[in-house]
Amino acid sequence: MADAAAHGHEHHDERSFFTRWFMSTNHKDIGILYLFTGGLVGFISVAFTVYMRMELMQPGVQFMCLEGARLTAAAAGECTPNGHLWNVLVTGHGILMMFFVVIPALFGGFGNYFMPLHIGAPDMAFPRMNNLSYWMYVAGTALAVASVLSPGGNGQLGSGVGWVLYPPLSVRETGMSMDLAIFAVHLSGASSILGAINMITTFLNMRAPGMTLFKVPLFAWSIFVTAWLILLSLPVLAGAITMLLTDRNFGTTFFDPAGGGDPVLYQHILWFFGHPEVYIVILPGFGIISHVIATFSKKPVFGYLPMVWALIAIGALGFVVWAHHMYTVGMSLTQQSYFMLATMVIAVPTGIKIFSWIATMWKGSVEFKTPMLWAFGFLFLFTVGGVTGIVLSQAAIDRAYHDTYYVVAHFHYVMSIGAAFCIFAGVYYWIGKMSGRQYPEWAGKLHFWVFFIGTNLTFFPQHFLGRQGMPRRYIDYPEAFAYWNWWSSLGAFMSFASFVFFIGVVFYTLRYGKRVTENNYWNEHADTLEWTLPSPPPEHTFETLPKQSDWDRGHAH
Amino acid sequence: MAHEKNHDYHILHPSIWPFLGAVSALVMLFGLVLWFHDVTPFVALIGLAGVLYTMYAWWSEVVHEAHEGDHTPVVMIGLRYGMLMFIMSEVMFFAAWFWSFFKHAMYPMGPESPMVDGQWPPAGIETFDPWHLPLINTLILLCSGAAATWAHHAIAHDNNRKDLINGLALAVILGILFTLLQAYEYNHAAFGFSGNIYGANFFMATGFHGFHVIIGTIFLGVCLIRAIKGHFTPEHHLGFEAAAWYWHFVDVVWLFLFAAVYVWGA
Repeated sequence: MADAAAHGHEHHDERSFFTRWFMSTNHKDIGILYLFTGGLVGFISVAFTVYMRMELMQPGVQFMCLEGARLTAAAAGECTPNGHLWNVLVTGHGILMMFFVVIPALFGGFGNYFMPLHIGAPDMAFPRMNNLSYWMYVAGTALAVASVLSPGGNGQLGSGVGWVLYPPLSVRETGMSMDLAIFAVHLSGASSILGAINMITTFLNMRAPGMTLFKVPLFAWSIFVTAWLILLSLPVLAGAITMLLTDRNFGTTFFDPAGGGDPVLYQHILWFFGHPEVYIVILPGFGIISHVIATFSKKPVFGYLPMVWALIAIGALGFVVWAHHMYTVGMSLTQQSYFMLATMVIAVPTGIKIFSWIATMWKGSVEFKTPMLWAFGFLFLFTVGGVTGIVLSQAAIDRAYHDTYYVVAHFHYVMSIGAAFCIFAGVYYWIGKMSGRQYPEWAGKLHFWVFFIGTNLTFFPQHFLGRQGMPRRYIDYPEAFAYWNWWSSLGAFMSFASFVFFIGVVFYTLRYGKRVTENNYWNEHADTLEWTLPSPPPEHTFETLPKQSDWDRGHAH
Repeated sequence: MAHEKNHDYHILHPSIWPFLGAVSALVMLFGLVLWFHDVTPFVALIGLAGVLYTMYAWWSEVVHEAHEGDHTPVVMIGLRYGMLMFIMSEVMFFAAWFWSFFKHAMYPMGPESPMVDGQWPPAGIETFDPWHLPLINTLILLCSGAAATWAHHAIAHDNNRKDLINGLALAVILGILFTLLQAYEYNHAAFGFSGNIYGANFFMATGFHGFHVIIGTIFLGVCLIRAIKGHFTPEHHLGFEAAAWYWHFVDVVWLFLFAAVYVWGA
């Protein structure tokens, strides 16, 4: 098989640029497109937050003025706070990160590239539809950016309603901006659903001969479970935002009590999607982390079977805990008790995963290469975020913490920077495989340490701010919150600097990185099928399906 | 392209349709926003034309590939999985509309609403009698489903093209009849679409169902044309099988709508 692949490598690529990147039916090329586009949108979305942290660094409003947005505080003249601009940036950051950065990078990018390779499939089940998913994602991104730049509420540009698009605000926000945002979510949702259908079919129908379900590598499993969450939750969101659309434009009253509707209904339907969504974001990351930790601990992953069942359990439980996002809307005590208990149950399968990762490292000869550092960082962040999640799951405590910075700190730890660390772990783990060139080790490590310190400096103090009672989503705050906000902003600037550095590292690697000569440049514990292929793999892989001996390691399970 | 392919999976040539389809969708949705805000309807219509053209061209290509023998047994299994999963996602889409319906029917909104608290249907709403036109429509749709099944048996077990065509034609005609009767019913509704939650729930749930009936009718209609052209054999009639699954799904959604919205909700 490797010979056939090597032969393919010499084969000259005759596809023109347009044919290769615009008309692609190749899972590896589409995966790369997803990764680059996700990175670009990620940069926009991160730039929003840098501007927000600049504003929050000091009490008072210095930058986002009605007289015009400023980049330096030294600019002279009056400054009337422009709350609308602030709200638009909060909304844009959330929508872009949720729908247009993390899912495309982890599920679309790594999922597309490596899931078929892990199961020894020559491509996806529906290669053409795969490309439709990608371009619909790009079209959705275009609508989302158009939404930020088109006439919205308060006579200004953009919509400032928060990424959850709660009515009545989202129904009353005037202008085209809100409608564009709704359609952007529709398009990206359709893109994800088609992607999910593709992933599930590929996983079920195209595994290598002999690869039974419980021999499938954990990353492919994580993509499979994620795909189910997408398939079953995103259509429900599509229904909810369609109701928003008709409430806005055709006078229906789904969410308007004046016509017998109920705004809380929207929250229920949104979070029925929204909670699975946070697992959609993080589950593929779990898969990557499992492989990275096994590779650099030089041991097979501990407890393969419980790891798989934990993924499935997290996915299933994710559908029955949604109302813990809305303890304060006036649910009955019985409802709150149920959602509290169900939420705490999720700590069991996530605990299984965390402890299995630790057990994988236990007595292993751990090598701190860059991907392993990111995996290690992820374990720390995910544990901190998980523990604050247990705190927040208590309905009584949530009375105090709801909509404070404690929540912001919690979900950024657990799923935002958690997912970012998974993405970076994946990039450093696989960039040599994907590009045929290896990153400079020192640069990866520098990136890690600056980012790790930066993000912790950003978000850890936000726990304190939340406990002090600072509410989220405000442009300004009283003097009392100034100290930790200053540190938090400093952390954000550090993280941004390391992100810019990372972009440099990627382009340096692609152009000047050391060429990779071995198929498997880590060690024999990187034992999934992509490591039997040349770097980069040829246009078509597994034209002769892999033999069981290529991937079935007795020790792996 | 593939120089030496030693497996039965379908490796596709590069294709322009996904790109064209996504661009058309972008134009269509952007145009719809312009239309909502009374700028112009034309951008949306151009986008829609692009979407429809892409669908036609893309699926023509799929039919062509089927004739080329690209749909090996394992590829056909994959296509079946894909269709099943698509229908599952559609079920979840309807879950949102049923959720809204049951929420409002079981827990009607409170005192600040112009309607009376805890009363469903809301005060002043005169609903349809389920045992007149809705019942007839139910029977029509069920008969249509039966006709589709008849057609399926004819091709799958007896290789009987004549009955395949008859069954499909009957299913399509009954499907069109259902849509016409729904349109008639909408015209005689004693409640409006906007301003009250009953109308919003009723028209969006049955309206999306009606939209799916139209899609399913077109799907079956395409199968009818293909049946007349002799595309289907007892072994290869996947397009028709998918259409039949879709049609039964539309049937089942209607049964739930009939039982919940028309009978129980009245």
